[in-house]
Amino acid sequence: MRRLLSQPIPAFILSVGLLGVTAYAVSHFPRSIVAFMLFQASILVLYFARMPAWVKGPLAAVTLIVLMPVVGSINGYYLEIAIQVGIFVALALGLNIVVGLAGLLDLGYVAFFAVGAYTWAVFGSPQANQFLAGGLFPLPQWWFFVFLLLGVGMAAGAGILLGLPVLRLHGDYLAIVTLGFGEVIRVLANNLDKPINFTNGPKGITPISRPPIFFDPALRAVGIEPDPNVIYPLYLYFLVLAIVGVTILVNRRMEDSHLGRAWEAIREDQTAAQAMGVPLVRSKLLAFACGASFAGAVGVLFSAKQVFINPESFTFMESIGVLAMVILGGMGSIPGAVLGATVVTVLNLQVLKGLSLWLNELRNAGTTIFGWSLANLPTQLEPAKYERMVFGLILVLMMIFRPQGILPARRRHRELADGPGEKR
Amino acid sequence: MDFELLIGIFPQVLLDGLILGFMYALIALGYTMVYGVLEFINFAHSEIFVVGAFVGVEILLTFKALGWLDLVSPFLVLLLVLLVGMLASGLLAVSVERIAYRPLRGAPRLIPLISAIGVSFFLQDAVRLFESIWRNSFNLVYPTMETLNLRFNLTETIDVSVKSLVVIVASLLMLWALHALVNRTKIGKAIRAVAEDQATASLMGINVNRMISLTFLIGGAMGGAAGVLFGVQYSLINPYTGFIPGLKAFTAAVLGGIGNIPGAMLGGLVLGLLEAFAASYLSLLTGGAFGAEYKDIFAFSILILILIFRPKGLLGEVVRERA
Repeated sequence: MRRLLSQPIPAFILSVGLLGVTAYAVSHFPRSIVAFMLFQASILVLYFARMPAWVKGPLAAVTLIVLMPVVGSINGYYLEIAIQVGIFVALALGLNIVVGLAGLLDLGYVAFFAVGAYTWAVFGSPQANQFLAGGLFPLPQWWFFVFLLLGVGMAAGAGILLGLPVLRLHGDYLAIVTLGFGEVIRVLANNLDKPINFTNGPKGITPISRPPIFFDPALRAVGIEPDPNVIYPLYLYFLVLAIVGVTILVNRRMEDSHLGRAWEAIREDQTAAQAMGVPLVRSKLLAFACGASFAGAVGVLFSAKQVFINPESFTFMESIGVLAMVILGGMGSIPGAVLGATVVTVLNLQVLKGLSLWLNELRNAGTTIFGWSLANLPTQLEPAKYERMVFGLILVLMMIFRPQGILPARRRHRELADGPGEKR
Repeated sequence: MDFELLIGIFPQVLLDGLILGFMYALIALGYTMVYGVLEFINFAHSEIFVVGAFVGVEILLTFKALGWLDLVSPFLVLLLVLLVGMLASGLLAVSVERIAYRPLRGAPRLIPLISAIGVSFFLQDAVRLFESIWRNSFNLVYPTMETLNLRFNLTETIDVSVKSLVVIVASLLMLWALHALVNRTKIGKAIRAVAEDQATASLMGINVNRMISLTFLIGGAMGGAAGVLFGVQYSLINPYTGFIPGLKAFTAAVLGGIGNIPGAMLGGLVLGLLEAFAASYLSLLTGGAFGAEYKDIFAFSILILILIFRPKGLLGEVVRERA
């Protein structure tokens, strides 16, 4: 397989063939999770296949822009998964800047996601009428795009706000303080329903406006009657795709920029970096701000997608989930973050849920194994609820066996490779 | 503002704070001892604590099912539960160190921390998995024992339950025992030597690995004891119970000066008292605008402030530049 993939022509035939076959399989067995996972795996094969950029680029574009929506229209749940994967890819890429490039372990990353989500949720729903007079809210849908930028700004601001007090800390103390920050944001979201009702507390906010279908007239012009149930998932998918695209682009530009190199210098040896004239304070603050801003953008999108949000979506577990994605793929590696986010999301949404469904079917059918009926299986046993176990296993196993991740960053991660490194 | 009320509840709040404080102190010891020896935050310690609580509830529920709970003196039962819980938690802590931390010794500092977070998450769901299969429920309640729930009045407004006294006495005994162990015995001396300088300690003929395991055993046992006492005091437990107390106990350890055993005890008490007062007075003082729900934020703010302004803590005299 590896040899096939290393030669352009066989690689092209193999990856196109696999994509075709698996897409066909999905269309034939729309409810089979296995078929969809094979389809996802063939996208991975495409990534590894070696061919000229002018072939691979368009091929990847066709896969993501045409093939994926087609597959998604066969089974709507798959499009939902693709959207979720996209959201987590953007989050993982954002965290990758903070943890992977700058080496600042942030355990409260989901707080920035929450800031973005609440920014749009409060003003894109009637909620803001609770504390602003005039009955102006919800804002018209087109404000969504303004808030996409505003969410970026708010989250970046929160990043600087967190960054300022913790600049002097490093290593594990920094990790604990960011954890505390994440919890503080969640507790605030949970309790700021009084004395003035900003967030509606644990009950959450609904209904949140969705993004406007600005291309509605264009669709009608070509004779398509837009059905919101079909249009919205596709629309959100393309929005996520666009955000992920921008995120990847920014990440790649960032990596080799002045700032990116400064971050990596800080990660490897803070003192040496400072001696070489790297401005520590500014670089670290910018790392927090940049990382946070991506989370802010997807946060806005997330609240518009969900229509309903409450503090439950922004727990410590989510932060660790995103961290597990970054670690799995490889700290500091962009393709790694994408792969990690995809694998973990697929594990949670497909494998664990699939196991739950399967177990329930067996239970209901009263299947017996070795004379013991599965109908006796404890009802509390739901594999879908064991996300933490997945995250935990990923973190421990990766740290012990492959700390550089599945797709390590190109520039060798000296800190990980050298073993007993410098004790700062 | 109702000053009479403010003063009236003062002793009760003080008592609650003390109980909470002793609980935090016991858990904080686990963090601080490990940090003293390995300079590493054992993030999984909160789950070691929870496992102690679950071992305790399992024994008590079994006793109850067998009908032994009314036959034997509750204090004997409690002693047994405490010992078994300590043993289980201690052994778990040792095996966690052996499996997930020892292979990573010498790696950059963030690596074992991430591994510890992973262990913590894994253990939470492992407990849940076990209890889901075993009891088909993972929210468990400590069975009530009549004698322990007796309350007696100190004054007209303050009453104390027997179990609160048990918690305080047990904590004091354990803190004293630990203090004696670390400061008066040869083993304690060896542990302190390892904490001071591993290489030199090993040159002096101290088995460093064994001392590290022992540190985890003792810290874990303290955590397990805290788990059992937590269950006895507050009754309700679930696999995720440990997170917040764990974080607060870590705060307590930092507050007292991490790596410093008396500091952890002091930090625990201070934090417990502060939290109890915040929980009951915040709402009264702000006219109901901010209530007890902000007590967690209160603890985190203390943590952040301490780390920024006095990272060595209240009693930390050993200042080492750490990454």
